[in-house]
Amino acid sequence: MRRELHAEWTKLRTLPGTGWLLASVVALTVGLGAAADALAGCPWRGCGHDPARLALGGVQLGQAAIAMLAVLIISGEYGTGLIRATLTAMPRRIAVLAAKATLVTGLALASGSLAVLGALLAGRLILPGSGFTAEHGYTLAADGPTLRAALGSVLYLALVGLLGLGVGAAVRDSAAAIGVTLGLLYGTAALPYLVGDPDWQRLLWRISPMNAGLAVQATRDLAQLPLGPWQGLGVPAAWAAAALAAGAVALTRRDA
Amino acid sequence: MSAGAAAPYRSRLPAARERFAHLVRAEWTKFRTVRGWVAGAVAATLLTVALGLVIAAGSHSSCGAGPVETACPAPPLGPGGQAVEDRFFFLHRRLEGDGAITARLTAMSGVITYPPPGHDRIVSGLVPWAKAGVMVKAAARPGAPYAAVMLTGRHGVRMQHDFTEDVAGRPGGVSQHAPRWLRLVRAGDTLTGYESADGRSWSRIGTAQVAGLTAAVEVGLFVASPGDLTVKPGSAGGSIVQARFTQASAVFDHLAVEGRTAGAWQRTEVGDDEAAMTDWERFHRANGAAESGGVITVTGTGDIAPRLDGLRTEMLVTGALPGLIVVIVVAVLFVTAEYRRGLIRTTLLAGPRRGRMLAAKALVVGAVALLAGLVAAAVVLPAGQAILRGNGVVVLPVPQLTQARVALGLGALLGLAAVLAMALGALFRRSVAAVVAAIAAVVLPYVLATASVLPEELAQWLLGLTPAAGFAILQSLPRYPQVTWHYAPAEGFYPLPPWAGLAVLAGYAALALGLAAWRLRGRDT
Repeated sequence: MRRELHAEWTKLRTLPGTGWLLASVVALTVGLGAAADALAGCPWRGCGHDPARLALGGVQLGQAAIAMLAVLIISGEYGTGLIRATLTAMPRRIAVLAAKATLVTGLALASGSLAVLGALLAGRLILPGSGFTAEHGYTLAADGPTLRAALGSVLYLALVGLLGLGVGAAVRDSAAAIGVTLGLLYGTAALPYLVGDPDWQRLLWRISPMNAGLAVQATRDLAQLPLGPWQGLGVPAAWAAAALAAGAVALTRRDA
Repeated sequence: MSAGAAAPYRSRLPAARERFAHLVRAEWTKFRTVRGWVAGAVAATLLTVALGLVIAAGSHSSCGAGPVETACPAPPLGPGGQAVEDRFFFLHRRLEGDGAITARLTAMSGVITYPPPGHDRIVSGLVPWAKAGVMVKAAARPGAPYAAVMLTGRHGVRMQHDFTEDVAGRPGGVSQHAPRWLRLVRAGDTLTGYESADGRSWSRIGTAQVAGLTAAVEVGLFVASPGDLTVKPGSAGGSIVQARFTQASAVFDHLAVEGRTAGAWQRTEVGDDEAAMTDWERFHRANGAAESGGVITVTGTGDIAPRLDGLRTEMLVTGALPGLIVVIVVAVLFVTAEYRRGLIRTTLLAGPRRGRMLAAKALVVGAVALLAGLVAAAVVLPAGQAILRGNGVVVLPVPQLTQARVALGLGALLGLAAVLAMALGALFRRSVAAVVAAIAAVVLPYVLATASVLPEELAQWLLGLTPAAGFAILQSLPRYPQVTWHYAPAEGFYPLPPWAGLAVLAGYAALALGLAAWRLRGRDT
């Protein structure tokens, strides 16, 4: 496994796109979060916004860069034919996939931590100016729920990476793989709000990886969420596990 | 040895000029012979239809009277065929033929139940569009044609007719020292509204042609007060809209009806719904009219306006997001696959004018996506509406032309998104970067604006400035300044008018296409 990790890390490290993608995870997450912080208003007590979700809202954009990195790490090799060299040098295919998964997780955790820290810092600086003050009862405090939101967001980004890797291994064609990954994330997110029946709404919300996964960012009105914060994070985890399993099967059963 | 050089070989075929139609045909042949791309176009159509049907099947409504569940009553329809709110208190009598009604308004007050921030008290006050004044209406039933001159809570005197029309008179409120005289004159189908401060010098507000008035109409005093609206972000995304009961009272005197009247004054609670009556109406102050010595106090609740609360037609096609993503992937591959396989060199050898090659590709992929959208809309709109009717859900009716615009709009949205995605593919030459860029430009802003916890202000910016502005073409109901409503993208109201929104998307597609053509000219393949 160490050999595989070293080889994969060398490949990834020497690609110019990797650094850009990781930087854009941070930039996009912090940027959109800051825009949301600045544009939101909390003019009176009980305005209803969740300051942690506002500050960390940029994760919804930043995850696209993680997904892109994860999809490319495997389907990019199919595109160039490099996968044949990879599998000749390292015939243990599951170990190759595991090495790639480890790298994706590590990079997502690293860039996600930076992004989340930056977004929370931006929130601390900007939100009070938008009316999120102690007297309105809405502050972005450094307490347990905010910590959970931050930690959960980083884990969510890692799960998005694993989902992208699994889909990339299963689908192989990079355009189709990124389409499937972003389709799962974004395509299913708006559906619950278009359906009238509350039971259907909750069902569609629960199976959508982005809606359910980002429940981990909630710090207020937790009882109104269709799933608890950590349970919610279980939904993208289940999607990622299914995608990785499908990817592993495809990788071992098919010719490269 | 012969002195002359051998004549070079020349083909006997006539020299063919590179015609644009040939380029389009070549691109179409490429598209239809790649199985995955055709499957993608079909899948986009099927996904859109399937999700539209899921949305329809997942919407039920029933109105219970105790344990018995019954179908909800359809809202009344106005003269224009649109669903309307028509609930108010009406003190009226019959007028046969032409005539006029005049009244002096000396006071207007009201109550608002449990408003923010405390949500714990009943306060006195008027909502901005509380209405009190004089009215001529074809009949005292909901939805009947009417014209009215009224004072509103915060928008001064207005003349309104047939639910959608609204003309402003003078601003300001009313008090004992500054009464407002209101007058409405009927001559056939023509109604003219006047107002005055003293009852002697009158100024005309406006004239309305009200079709559908019979010879005998109902004239009288009315009061309505729409619900007070607060919007809160929902914890699971979206927003929670709360409407609170309000009631208004107005004091009139100098009431005079000119013309041939018949019968006595009648009191009617137009559009009354016994089940919707609040405890306030039941136990504190009922709606009604009381007279003492020529002074008449009328109390009412409700609204006389277009109805915006209900299921919108276009909700059936906004499930098109996954279909849109499939279209984007196919459109990107349509050009990046040529680079991957080296086919682009053959393509440009056969048709060396690169801009024209790109235009042909845009035409083919745009037309395919347009067709996919049109077919999906043609299936899902009627089928979804039939399912909704079966589930007892009232779909707010829209004119045929609007219905056609929504269907055409879905096609145009998919077509332009495909052109934009194809152009990004030609610009980046890398399929993943192009797919991510196109999804981030077209799909993501819509998701962030409608399904996230991000603030509505951001949603307005996103759907005004990004290519996702094109979703505005799907909006089926217009905004009404005279109706207090949650006009947000999540409720189907976009910051730009429908065609302007589509024009923004078209502009981005044209810009990307232009950039791609420029880059293509300057680079080797």
